[in-house]
Order: sequence, then structure tokens, then C-alpha cells
Amino acid sequence: MMAEMRVLLEHIDCPKQCQLSVYEKNGGYQTLKQVIPAMEPAAIVECVKQSGLRGRGGAGFLTGQKWSFLPPNRTITYLVCNSDESEPGSFKDRLIIERDPHQLIEGIIIASYAILAEHAFIYCRGEFFEGIAKLRQAIKEVKERGYLGKNIFGTNYNLEIIVHTGAGSYMAGEETAQLNSIEGFRATPRLRPPFPAVAGLYGSPTIVNNVETLCNVVHIVKHGATWYQGIGTVHNRGTKIFQVSGQVQAPGCYEFPMGISLRSVLEHAGGMFPNRTFKACYPGGSSCALLTRHDLDICMDFDTLTARKSALGTASIIVFDDSTDMVKVAERLMEFYQDESCGKCTPCREGTRWTLQMLQRICAGGGTWNDLTVIDQICHHMAATSFCAFAAGAAPPIISAIAEFKDEFISYIKRNPAAGELPPMSVAYPYKKSLNVI
Amino acid sequence: MLSQKTITAILELQGQYPKKRSALLPALHLAQAEIGYLPLEVQQEIAALFEITANEVHAVVTFYDMLFEKPVGKHIIRVCKNVSCMLRGSDEILENLCCKLNIKPGGTNVDGQFTVIPTECLAACDRAPMLLLDEEVIGPVHKDDLDGILKQASEMIRPLVKDVDDG
Repeated sequence: MMAEMRVLLEHIDCPKQCQLSVYEKNGGYQTLKQVIPAMEPAAIVECVKQSGLRGRGGAGFLTGQKWSFLPPNRTITYLVCNSDESEPGSFKDRLIIERDPHQLIEGIIIASYAILAEHAFIYCRGEFFEGIAKLRQAIKEVKERGYLGKNIFGTNYNLEIIVHTGAGSYMAGEETAQLNSIEGFRATPRLRPPFPAVAGLYGSPTIVNNVETLCNVVHIVKHGATWYQGIGTVHNRGTKIFQVSGQVQAPGCYEFPMGISLRSVLEHAGGMFPNRTFKACYPGGSSCALLTRHDLDICMDFDTLTARKSALGTASIIVFDDSTDMVKVAERLMEFYQDESCGKCTPCREGTRWTLQMLQRICAGGGTWNDLTVIDQICHHMAATSFCAFAAGAAPPIISAIAEFKDEFISYIKRNPAAGELPPMSVAYPYKKSLNVI
Repeated sequence: MLSQKTITAILELQGQYPKKRSALLPALHLAQAEIGYLPLEVQQEIAALFEITANEVHAVVTFYDMLFEKPVGKHIIRVCKNVSCMLRGSDEILENLCCKLNIKPGGTNVDGQFTVIPTECLAACDRAPMLLLDEEVIGPVHKDDLDGILKQASEMIRPLVKDVDDG
């Protein structure tokens, strides 16, 4: 079995790693001290660019390139660390924030220095109570030590980090929606371009990076771009924290070089339960197409999975064994997307609701033969025409579940004696939430 | 409605951001920690503090799942219902919990102690099936643990949202 390669998670099991003294004892903030004031900000950007680091929040965009989109003659720059981690199956950011918050803070300080940002925000999802407390404590410690605040290490560089709490919204994880949320509005996406690097928070140049991305920056600057280029596969450099959940024996976070096979990751996660076999998995959180048993040897990196018409996303692997009812999985996921759709654009708002209605009636034994065709049409339509990437993520899990496991959907529909007829659907779908507390 | 202490804290928060409206979500968290929920009068009060209309505050309150417009129980139990937890029996946990408290999902029990909210993924899938008891992640949960969890909760004092002003 291929061994884990722990870079970001090296000290994650150390019990007091969240304390500044322990973090420093384990080599923490050494890189920061090498960087400020000895390194030019532009040299850090160049180093990250050379490393080939791709964003770990899901899209896999080149971080260095994103940074270089900042206009050269800007007066204000903001850095936003996206830790709204809400993708189903994803739990890496929580682990880092709760167990090793200083690693993230070091990454934020280095990145902020590199892009000349004097204000950084950590957008932490509201449900991360422990993580928010740990981050605030860590920031307080670092401030007292003089690594943050005014005139860091005697230079004229100042930096403030604000931990901003979300309040329960998947959409707030989309970068432009997150900016709206920080500005005190609903988390709805903005039209791009202009991209945040040009006009972001309060209209100023802003870089939004994921927690894992910023942690990678520390190690890239520490060991150099050449070292980083030696890990992973071409165009997919570095290690990746794979989160395995669902029907495996040892769910958890496992760090490997990019490009490891799906089979190896599953082996590390304890494999299947006794007498169960692997059926399928979502490799990158729920917003991608299913992989099946034919894909067990697939190379887990951005490009290979994109070529397979799936996605590495956040590398959150949700595993299903042969006992799983894929129709129920599809219904539950569409319930999630319907619930979290922000309502800004029509294809997504209506598409998720109509698809959910059809999946619900299939599950309840009232599905019709036409439903699968209509679901497929609606999903393709909303993925192609919606305002942001949300619906493009909501469609593949459903389309692929129907494509790969059509017989399961058919056997549900067969339960309806009138499956050949088309019952009218209520147009006035109740807009109210099913919960009576909200 | 809001205490002077909360108002002061909100004003202080406003000063920490480049633009004060950014403090709206943290302010709503603070207000909710004090009152328990966000009735329209509180929304109006906050609107005045931010010099925006009550409608704008309302738009924000209704968007985010963690902000309540109606009273909720003293303790909030969020049960994750998303796929990773579903595969490991979260439906059974939710059903048992609601049955024990004699409520429907989303409801508050008769003595106002508990509100149970089925929630989307809470990013702790390694601990599936999991729930969030006020601010604490508990998981993996077995249905036999539920009595103990409820007992533990009723004996503890509800923690308030941690100080927002030292970030």
C-alpha cells in the first residue's frame, strides 16, 4: 500500500498543535520569518506561480495566475480565505482550522504580504463554532507576538485578519457570493467579469483562496517551487487532502500526492465493509459525476477526472457500496441543491425544484416513464443556462446516477401502475420551507 | 429590546470593518444570541443601527439558515441529513430524536428545551451520522446515545456565541 505523504497534515495529530508555542516548536512561522522582510512580494508570487499550485476549493484554478490578475497600480487589496466548506462530503478545512489554525494563519500572512493586502478576511461557515473560536484565539496569540498588526517584523507592512462568520448558506462558498455575504448582503453570485481580482470586496481588487490552498503556500515558499513540482502529476502538483466518507470502514482525511489511484485512497480508508463491494463514488464532493467500479484505477487529479467528465473538486470522496439505493441518493442530493439554490436566476431556482419534485414522486412510487427524460432535459438545461456554477454542479450527480444505474430508477417507476400516464404537476409549488422554525 | 451591551458590541463590530454594513451578519448573530431569535422589532432596531431599511435586514435574515424569525428551543440540535450521514443512518437518528421529543423535524418540544433541525452537510462526514448540539459536534451517533445526549444538554447552560469583538 502506498504510504501517505503528509505535508499539510504533518502535525495534525499533535494534541496541542493549535497553540502557538507548539506550532512554533514544530517549525511553524519559520517560513514567515524568512519571508518578511527578506523576500520581495513579487518573488513570492513568482514562486507560487512556478510551483503550479492549483486552487483547492474545487475549481482547480492556478493560484499564482489568479494572483497575477491583480492590477499593478492598485491602492487597496483584500485577501479572503474561503472556509465556508459546505460541499457535501468535504471536511478538510474543518480539520485544519480546528487542529492546526496557525498553519492557515501563516499561509494568510504570507499570501497577504505577497499580494500587498493589508486586510484579510477568513470567511468561516457559521456552524464551525469550535473552528471560529480556535481561529480567534490563534489570531490573538499571533498579534501579541507581533506577527500580525502594525509594522510586522519592523517593516512598514501592516495586516489585520478578521474572522467573519457566515450564517448557513452553501452559496456563500462561491467566491463572488461570499464577497456579497461579507458586505452584509444575501449570498448571491455576481456577474464575472469583472473578476474579484479586479473588482471584488467593496469594489477593490480581492483574492479569494481556499484554506487548503493558503496552507500549501506556506510549504511552497518554505521548500521552493522545484520541490513542489516534484510532487504529483504534470499540471497537478503537490499533495491533496482526500476526504473519504460514506460506506467505508475508516472514513477520514488522507493526504497523498495528486494522481494517486482511487483504489489506493479507498484502501487507506479501510476499504468496504465485510461482504460488501464497491458500487460507485462521487470523487469530488457531490457536485460531480459518479465514478463506478470500472474507474477504480483512475488517477485522482484535476485533469484526469475532468477528462472522465467528472471532477476532482474538493477531493471529497463519498463512497457507495452495493447496498446503496441510488434513487434515494439522487433524491437526497437534489433536496440539498433545491434547499441551497439562492434563487437569483430562474433555471437553477426552478430547475432544482422541478427535478426534486420528480425524484420525490419516483421515490414515493408515483414516477412516470417520462420523468427520467424530463429530469435529464431539465438538468442539462439548468447546467447550461444558469447564472453561476451552482446548477452546473447540481446536474451531474443526478444525470450520472440515472445514466449509470438506470435499472434502479426503472424498478422504482415500475411500482406505479399508471407509469405510462402523465399526471399534472402542481404548478404552484409551495415556496415555504418545510421546516416550521424558519 | 436589545441590551446596551449588545448595541455597544455591534457598534464596535461596525468599526472593525472597512464598511460598517459588513458587520450585519455578526450583529445578527449577537442579537440572536441575546434574544433567542430575530423578531421584526429587533430587525428594525438593527436596521436603525446600520442606517438601512428593515426590509434589507429582513432580506438577509430570511436568506441564511442559522437566523431564526420565530422562537426556537433553548438548545438547538442540528442533525445532518446529507448523503454521507444518510448512508450511515441519519434518518433513523432524526426519526428517533423527533419521536423522543414528540415533535416533527424542525419543531420545538413542548417545554421549549429543544429544537431539532434537519441540516445540510455540516462538514464532519468522518463522524457520520453526526449532529451539532448547540456548538458541539457529536458523532458518530447511535440511536441508543440519544437519551444521554438529551440529558447532557438539559444539564448544560446554553453557550452564547463567543465574543465577536476580539477577531
